[in-house]
Amino acid sequence: MPIQVTNLTHTYSAGSALQSTALHDVSLSIEDGEFVCIVGHTGSGKSTLVQHLNGLLKPTSGRILVDGEDMNGDKVDKKRIRQKVGLVFQYPEYQLFEETVARDIAFGPKNQGLSAEEIDRRVRAAMAHVHLDYDKYAERSPFELSGGQMRRVAIAGVLAMEPRYLILDEPTAGLDPKGRDRILGMIQELHREGRTTVVMVSHSMDDCARLATRMIVMSKGTVLMSDTPRAVFAQADAMREAGLGVPAAAQLCEKLRARGLDLPHDLYTQEELHAHLLRLWKEAAHA
Amino acid sequence: MMKNITLGQYYPVDSWVHRLDPRMKIVLTIALIVGVFMVSSFVGYALVLAFVYLAARMAKIPFRMLVRGVKALRFILILTFLLNLFFNAGTTMLLEWGILKISLEGLDQAIHYSLRLVFLVMGTSLMTLTTSPIALSDGIERLLSPLKVIRFPAHELAMMMSIALRFIPTLMEEADKIMKAQMARGADFESGNIIARAKAMVPLLVPLFVSAFRRAGDLAMAMESRCYHGGENRTRLRVLKITRNDWIAAGVTAALIALIVLEGRFVPDLVTLVQGWLPAEQTASLFFTKGLKL
Amino acid sequence: MKEIITVKDVTFTYEEATEPALRGVSLAVQEGEFLAVLGHNGSGKSTLAKLLNALYIPTEGHVTVCGFDTQDDDHLWDVRQQAGMIFQNPDNQIVATVVREDVAFGLENLAVPHAEMVQRIDEALAAVRMTDFAAAPPHMLSGGQKQRVAIAGILAMQPRVIIADEATAMLDPSGRREVLSTIRRLNREKGITVVWITHYMEEAAQADRVIVMNHGQVALTGAPREIFEQTAQLREMHLDVPHMTDLAQDLRAEGMPLPAGILTVDEMTEEVCKLLCQSR
Repeated sequence: MPIQVTNLTHTYSAGSALQSTALHDVSLSIEDGEFVCIVGHTGSGKSTLVQHLNGLLKPTSGRILVDGEDMNGDKVDKKRIRQKVGLVFQYPEYQLFEETVARDIAFGPKNQGLSAEEIDRRVRAAMAHVHLDYDKYAERSPFELSGGQMRRVAIAGVLAMEPRYLILDEPTAGLDPKGRDRILGMIQELHREGRTTVVMVSHSMDDCARLATRMIVMSKGTVLMSDTPRAVFAQADAMREAGLGVPAAAQLCEKLRARGLDLPHDLYTQEELHAHLLRLWKEAAHA
Repeated sequence: MMKNITLGQYYPVDSWVHRLDPRMKIVLTIALIVGVFMVSSFVGYALVLAFVYLAARMAKIPFRMLVRGVKALRFILILTFLLNLFFNAGTTMLLEWGILKISLEGLDQAIHYSLRLVFLVMGTSLMTLTTSPIALSDGIERLLSPLKVIRFPAHELAMMMSIALRFIPTLMEEADKIMKAQMARGADFESGNIIARAKAMVPLLVPLFVSAFRRAGDLAMAMESRCYHGGENRTRLRVLKITRNDWIAAGVTAALIALIVLEGRFVPDLVTLVQGWLPAEQTASLFFTKGLKL
Repeated sequence: MKEIITVKDVTFTYEEATEPALRGVSLAVQEGEFLAVLGHNGSGKSTLAKLLNALYIPTEGHVTVCGFDTQDDDHLWDVRQQAGMIFQNPDNQIVATVVREDVAFGLENLAVPHAEMVQRIDEALAAVRMTDFAAAPPHMLSGGQKQRVAIAGILAMQPRVIIADEATAMLDPSGRREVLSTIRRLNREKGITVVWITHYMEEAAQADRVIVMNHGQVALTGAPREIFEQTAQLREMHLDVPHMTDLAQDLRAEGMPLPAGILTVDEMTEEVCKLLCQSR
């Protein structure tokens, strides 16, 4: 099991007046090759969870195994494990600091202690992944770029470390539809073509519906559901209770079923609904 | 250690002292410091101590908090004491050891300076502990406003201070986030020598500065769009009012200073006191000096 | 209805920029309407917002707000008081360390007398339902709450127009809902004109009228139903199309007689039901 979280509890400011438990006895696993979407209302513990996957936070209790090694074990080289798990924070463009795009992307590989040639190869590869032309952008200052481009540079900075597991915390926050589609397209490519396992925290049910092979629904510091998007979106009531919604297609399906239309209970994509409504209409026309 | 420094911290409870006008508190703190510098005998320090102790009680601030604040500065205190002790050319020698000479005047001065520092820290801590930073900046602005005549930017200074206060928590949070993000990219903030560590701060400080500038630009625009045009022709939500309690506090402080002046007149200071005990011919070297002369 | 904002042949070029950000834009905002301005980043919508508040002055052309030309320095403060503005980043527009004092900021600048100030602050906080947070430090609030404080700060200045420049872009879905519903309520109940700049199609769908900006020009203008039917153009301008409008169009293309102008799930449910429910 590539990433395994067992009985993870995390309490902030333990023992003080501000004590709050962000995660409560969470167990889950991430398999190789998955595209996992983590969803949850603000304060549900998603961000706390992903920071544990990278070893940035220490569990109050519980364990995180990455490829069988305990992330917080005594004899474990945390830095080495961290390299396997790339973490892209929310608004990652705010972490850029170097004079040129290439040097910023090289920061991670440099910290890994790689050779100059290897670093250069990785910077070029990472820039190709995020669709930034090396010759055009490598020597430019990251601060001259547009917001969307800056974000791609920041993501490239994590990709250049060639993590096996890529975790992204709301990678599309604050972007317009064009920027959003670009970033999501990129992530999807990475997942499809490479061996990268993706874990993405998202607020958009539509994005999850489109991309995820599995969804983890968090609520009040616990895992509420962990299943395929189809199974998750079929539980519209439970999702609403967790302060979340379901994609528009799933809402329509639910409302039409309530009106007595003969539709399967677990439709959630526009294409499926399109096919079924057309089928019903043709049946009605025949009758 | 940082959290023990009481100077500049605010202790948010409601008390008689908290409710005093910040302007009065600033003025009285300055008066107290001046008073402390006029003290010449232990009786005077005892008076000041009693005053500070009572003020702390009335402010509902645990006195040990003030003591802890002084303790946090113990190195500066010890240094002050030693410097005055050894490097003072007095005439009444207590101890001589090579080039190290301790004179009665030196000891006297060392005690004075150390105690003055102790009470300076206690007095100002008492003020900041009982006055919210924003009230403090308000008080400073209004105390300095007569200087506007000579183009002193009193309003701007206070506005800067209050904006700084507003953004400290925001920037702290941001620093934490950037630090984590760089750690996720393999940055190491904890190991290495001082130069390596300073270098490691660059990936934290550059984004933090960039962000602070961006925030400043945004804020300036937001302030302008809300009709901000400097300190001229402006009313204030927070009105400061000198009440009867402020005058009572002023009266008590004035009484303290009067007593200090009086004790300076009537109670002999340490040097005079000790010299008074000694036989006239011994003024150059003291009772145990001979035995201790190394 | 009366025109409250008039933008006439406005061109605006940033210093050091070669291309103008706005090119010959003309539009009018009617008193009391909820106007959404839609467009992708760089389409010129934020530049337009800042021109409406006299934060920018047109390079060419004129912007008139409540009868005052924004080029007229004598009425600069009138323009800004009449047309209040909320910005994108919730953190970077709160000045004071306490909610109540932040709401006071605009009033202090307008030299409102103390007694009236207190009353206006209380009313403004009540209007955005933040009365309970009057004494809270802003950094303890959620993004949506901070934006509501910002709205209260504007509201206290008694403006006739509120311009929101992507005020929900940095918020989570629940924060977005709470801010938009607050603004919609103010528009409905107090008759405040709203210019709502956004790239979220589902927000624009709730407006009375939508203007779509593209390449510094007004590309489309009309009621949401008219705008969102033009799916091909919207996609070309890198904007989203409401899912239901899209689905209805696709089904229509296959011969299903659904009407044009469907925006929401509820509307779609009704229309599909008209076709399919009775027949069962």
